[in-house]
Amino acid sequence: MAQSSAFPAEQYNFDIVRKFMIVAMIYGVIGMTVGVYIASELAWPFLNFDIPALTFGRLRPVHTSLVIFGFGGSALFATSYYIVQRTCQARLAFPWLAEFTFWGWTAGVALGVMTYMAGFSQGREYAEFEWPLDLAIAVVWVSYILVYVETIRRRSQPHIYVANWFFLSFLLAVALLHIFNNLAVPVSLTKSYSLFAGVQDAMTQWWYGHNAVGFFLTAAFLGMMYYFVPKQAGRPVYSYRLSIIHFWALIFLYMWAGGHHLHWTALPDWVSTLSATFSVLLLMPSWGGMINGIMTLSGAWDKLRSDPVMLFLITSLSFYGMSTFEGPLMSLKSVNALSHYTDWTIGHVHSGALGWVALVSFGSFYHLMPRLYETKLYSQTLIYVHFWLATIGIVLYITSMWVAGIGQGLMLRSFDDYGNLAYTFIETVEFMHTPYVWRALGGAFFVVGALVMAYNMVMTVRASRIERAALEAKLAAKLAQA
Amino acid sequence: MRHEHIETNSALMLLLILVVISIGGLVEIVPLFYINETIEKVDGVRPYTPLEIRGRDIYVREGCYLCHSQMIRPFRDEWLRYGHYSLAAESQYDHPFQWGSKRTGPDLARVGGKYSNQWQVQHLRAPRSVVPQSIMPNYPWLLDHDLDYSDVAGRMRALRATGVPYSLTQQEYDANIKKFGKDAADQLDINQAQDSLLKQARDKNFDGIPSRVTEMEALVAYLQVLGTMVDFTKYDEGYFAKFR
Repeated sequence: MAQSSAFPAEQYNFDIVRKFMIVAMIYGVIGMTVGVYIASELAWPFLNFDIPALTFGRLRPVHTSLVIFGFGGSALFATSYYIVQRTCQARLAFPWLAEFTFWGWTAGVALGVMTYMAGFSQGREYAEFEWPLDLAIAVVWVSYILVYVETIRRRSQPHIYVANWFFLSFLLAVALLHIFNNLAVPVSLTKSYSLFAGVQDAMTQWWYGHNAVGFFLTAAFLGMMYYFVPKQAGRPVYSYRLSIIHFWALIFLYMWAGGHHLHWTALPDWVSTLSATFSVLLLMPSWGGMINGIMTLSGAWDKLRSDPVMLFLITSLSFYGMSTFEGPLMSLKSVNALSHYTDWTIGHVHSGALGWVALVSFGSFYHLMPRLYETKLYSQTLIYVHFWLATIGIVLYITSMWVAGIGQGLMLRSFDDYGNLAYTFIETVEFMHTPYVWRALGGAFFVVGALVMAYNMVMTVRASRIERAALEAKLAAKLAQA
Repeated sequence: MRHEHIETNSALMLLLILVVISIGGLVEIVPLFYINETIEKVDGVRPYTPLEIRGRDIYVREGCYLCHSQMIRPFRDEWLRYGHYSLAAESQYDHPFQWGSKRTGPDLARVGGKYSNQWQVQHLRAPRSVVPQSIMPNYPWLLDHDLDYSDVAGRMRALRATGVPYSLTQQEYDANIKKFGKDAADQLDINQAQDSLLKQARDKNFDGIPSRVTEMEALVAYLQVLGTMVDFTKYDEGYFAKFR
């Protein structure tokens, strides 16, 4: 293949990993920038500019799809293709099919967000793609499964490494969720109506929505963690037994928890109570994963002082622990009565998405870059700069959303001495202006951090090119002499 | 069984994962289609008229559900602010459901009839001209664009395929007369789709422009029917609690 000629002697197919990593960074920067933009629209509504494609309602799915599927998805493709080859000691199966997953996924996301701006949407959160794109994505996903499973079957190790368990569960669960949640009757190429209605549709959607978090943004990223944390620390996983228990418990329990997005709605109480119960139980396997990851560093804690990549990985696990504590808390009906419909939920999602998903991806990419490009990272200092920009950004984001969400929740339910509502709705909107400004600022910090990383990445790739050119020139000179 | 058997056998591992991840959904979702009490027995809820369908399509297109919920919870403050808590029956014809998950703006489940058509049009065109502190985008193009209703019958046929009782045959039409009354049954008849859309637009003139049928017309028609179908004075306070 033409692209792989840059590194001709590679034992594994790293070409596909490099490509997905670069696309992940591009989609990440664009998606997060759109996030900052729509956050600013909520603070300064003139930014909608009366242009349909730029209104909050159309751009919000652009943001969520770009960061979840564009950034997160591509990061998972990159790392899973890397991990499966390394841990199975086998070259990636069906290279042409893997190539297809790259072009299919990248084009699917790009096309999808453009159709949102044109106003084509299924109106289902995190599943807004219309049916032709859903079909295309399903084909790409099945190809992904084939490549992945076949590579595992060709392993030269009897055991399947723990990271791959998580990736396998993610592959199967996402296929299941994607297919059932997108069942629809088409009207035309750009419009369809969901097969289910009302309460059944709501439960299906949040079974999907919650497990998009559970499998796409959690299980798969735990797979990433299970490879890169031990590798970067140079130590084995803390507890093999714990990884078995928390894996099976996690994938079993997650699938029950979706109903907590529908507390106090027209969803029957039995489902909502069952979902809350399982959400609380979910704390245990979630923390099992966090403990297993963080404790892998035991005996090598000094790395936190000397290795900025380790800082990314361990901080991501801390945020994972924090948001998986906050989640069960918010799934309690009494807490949810206040938090639901408010920005507390948005803050919670971002403590997971920025703190866990993005930081663990950044850490893994920093680990990968020198290995994929056979050179040193351009700058260690810039990794520290990125780390602090990201961390400050996350803290600003989460705290401002706590203020906005809990504040609005409390205002909406307060009464005056005569039993009348103390505040009108619009008064809560006014109140949220200041936290919205801080949130946009926090997001901007995070984007600048990602840009610093992109710069570091470009410079590393450039250095690698120059070094290789020099090497080749030397080689050619030697050959000419001989 | 030792875990070693599983982690050395990819087929077994895949199978077990599939079983383990299927259980939650099977237990929580499938019964919702079969337990009768899931949807309350209540009179008055009918499918949307052709004009309302097109309005709903625009509601989905613009992503209104990302800032507005349509699901009132059984709390005192929500009762005072929005009215009776939402019933499952009230969204039984909603493909897709639009309950929402975030209230950057207020809930819209019972917004129908709360404001005049004129207010709705003005508010959608320029929200800050009626609510100065609002952060909602302006939607001026809803008035500029004529409504495309050429395929409204096709849309109703698709919805009929999902189970919404729009009538195609005489038999279905007669059944709708019995269930929803003659006027509504006419509106739910796919064979008269365009005519009844134009008739509703002419009679009600939601957008305030008699000579045109704009996208605004459809959206306001949809907003004005939200939450108005059930007459709650006909039911005891405790009646709906039985279904929860």
